[in-house]
Amino acid sequence: MNNLVTIKKITILGGYTKDGMEEPIRKMDITTGEILVLVGPTGSGKSMLLSDIELLASADTPSKRTVLINDTMYEGCRSEIIAQLSQTMNFVMDTTVGDFLILHASSRNIDSDAIVNDVIALANTLAGEPINPHDFITTLSGGQSRALMIADIALISDSPIVLVDEIENAGIDKLQALQVLSDKGKIVIVASHDPVIMLMAKRRVVMRNGGMNKVLSTNQKETELLHELISFDKNMFSLRESLRTSGTIEIA
Amino acid sequence: MKFITIAGPPSCGKTAVLIHTIKRLLEDDTKVAVGKIDCLETDDGERYKDLGIPVIVGLSGDLCPDHYYVSNLEEILTWAKKNQAEMTILETAGLCHRCAPAIVGCLSVVVIDNLSGIDTPRKIGPVLTTADVVVITKGDIVSQAEREVFRQKIRLVNPEAEILEFNGLTGKGSVRLRKILLESPEVHTLVDETLRSSMPACICSYCTGETRIGNSYQLGNVLKIVS
Ligand SMILES: Nc1nc2c(ncn2[C@@H]2O[C@H](COP(=O)(O)OP(=O)(O)O)[C@@H](O)[C@H]2O)c(=O)[nH]1
Ligand SMILES: Nc1ncnc2c1ncn2[C@@H]1O[C@H](COP(=O)(O)OP(=O)(O)O)[C@@H](O)[C@H]1O
Ligand SMILES: [Mg+2]
Ligand SMILES: [Mg+2]
Repeated sequence: MNNLVTIKKITILGGYTKDGMEEPIRKMDITTGEILVLVGPTGSGKSMLLSDIELLASADTPSKRTVLINDTMYEGCRSEIIAQLSQTMNFVMDTTVGDFLILHASSRNIDSDAIVNDVIALANTLAGEPINPHDFITTLSGGQSRALMIADIALISDSPIVLVDEIENAGIDKLQALQVLSDKGKIVIVASHDPVIMLMAKRRVVMRNGGMNKVLSTNQKETELLHELISFDKNMFSLRESLRTSGTIEIA
Repeated sequence: MKFITIAGPPSCGKTAVLIHTIKRLLEDDTKVAVGKIDCLETDDGERYKDLGIPVIVGLSGDLCPDHYYVSNLEEILTWAKKNQAEMTILETAGLCHRCAPAIVGCLSVVVIDNLSGIDTPRKIGPVLTTADVVVITKGDIVSQAEREVFRQKIRLVNPEAEILEFNGLTGKGSVRLRKILLESPEVHTLVDETLRSSMPACICSYCTGETRIGNSYQLGNVLKIVS
């Protein structure tokens, strides 16, 4: 609602790999509502591709890719349409969760009273220990910080494009997190090493040597496997929560 | 000749931003020369020399580095011309925020980092309010929300400037900054140009080397906290 243009799709026009060869994928459309996952070993160029999208590159980055919005070069302010989240990001401001959210909401001209509670409630569905409006943001745990950032991006930033770089180890409910982010018809692009996240998306781009090497659609077998992985993952999550909150495991 | 000043607090990323951007300028064979003004010591000269470009370093010693900087602008321009530069970029010491040695008719860039605190944009005065371009660094280590709030605080004190996010580690943003630098105005001389804001009035006994504390040693332009 605070976005000036309606983003319908992003198009990535292929550039070059690290060796200067044309990357195999020459054109890639990502439409509203899609979650796209970038996979590939460390150093294969996932972060670089996210950075190209963030910059809305026009053959002016090392990869020489071009990124279009709704089939044209985007002329507006890209920080208004793109939100980012990565493992290296932390809160640094010396303020409480409540005051911080009010500050952020008012910077976006959003009525802050209602939204503060909504953001905290949403964040608390993602992380183990509940977040309080009176907590200082810099004292939140890694998982709590990540959860609050995700809820804040979803509800206050509300950017139509969200770029996520490897957040799976943050101790949050990652499936729920992706659901929250992709809600409301956003485009979410996630670099990940986590099989659950890879298979949850309908499509994944396989990166190799700095280039987009293949685009794979999640097949029937993988979707079946996903259900197993998810319940496996849920068991892991509840086991972790249980052990963390002084639960014990007994012989049946 | 293009003459560009780049200012901002210590360690905000001025040199990192410039090194990435100069690399981009060198790709197009733009002839760049860099001046660095500091107070007591700087390694920045070496970092710029590694790019293979002409570098001049001025240390102000006992003088205020910003006064020293203004007093040497014409000399630096002459030096750059002798080195066949097409663009001179001058990195300031960035020690206090009161002075803004931005020059009317020359592009003025200020660098400010996301870690410097939410009130910094309001506090730093002319260096930010008179800038043409505000480069924000270190967005890679703070949250999306903080980046948005910080940017808005800058917008409030300088509604006109182009605001540019830059990653000093990866050089993200350098292509845009190169374009801005290449479009900056040409100058032939700096003589008779003016500063965009005045420097603070000073000249008290401490300016001339006094070290003792006490009213009887304080001569000249002295302001008291309680009158
Ligand atoms: N994480 C991060 N570090 C940065 C960024 N820009 C600069 N730095 C680091 O900040 C420190 C100070 O940078 P420098 O360019 O020397 O600052 P200057 O004193 O303003 O010239 C260096 O260690 C840089 O690597 C950035 O965008 N992100
Ligand atoms: N297409 C490309 N052309 C040139 N350099 C690239 C390209 N893709 C990636 N790189 C460089 O390779 C390195 C590793 O890439 P990165 O995106 O960080 O990988 P990942 O996130 O998959 O670990 C980085 O220094 C990046 O700048
Ligand atoms: Mg990476
Ligand atoms: Mg420096």
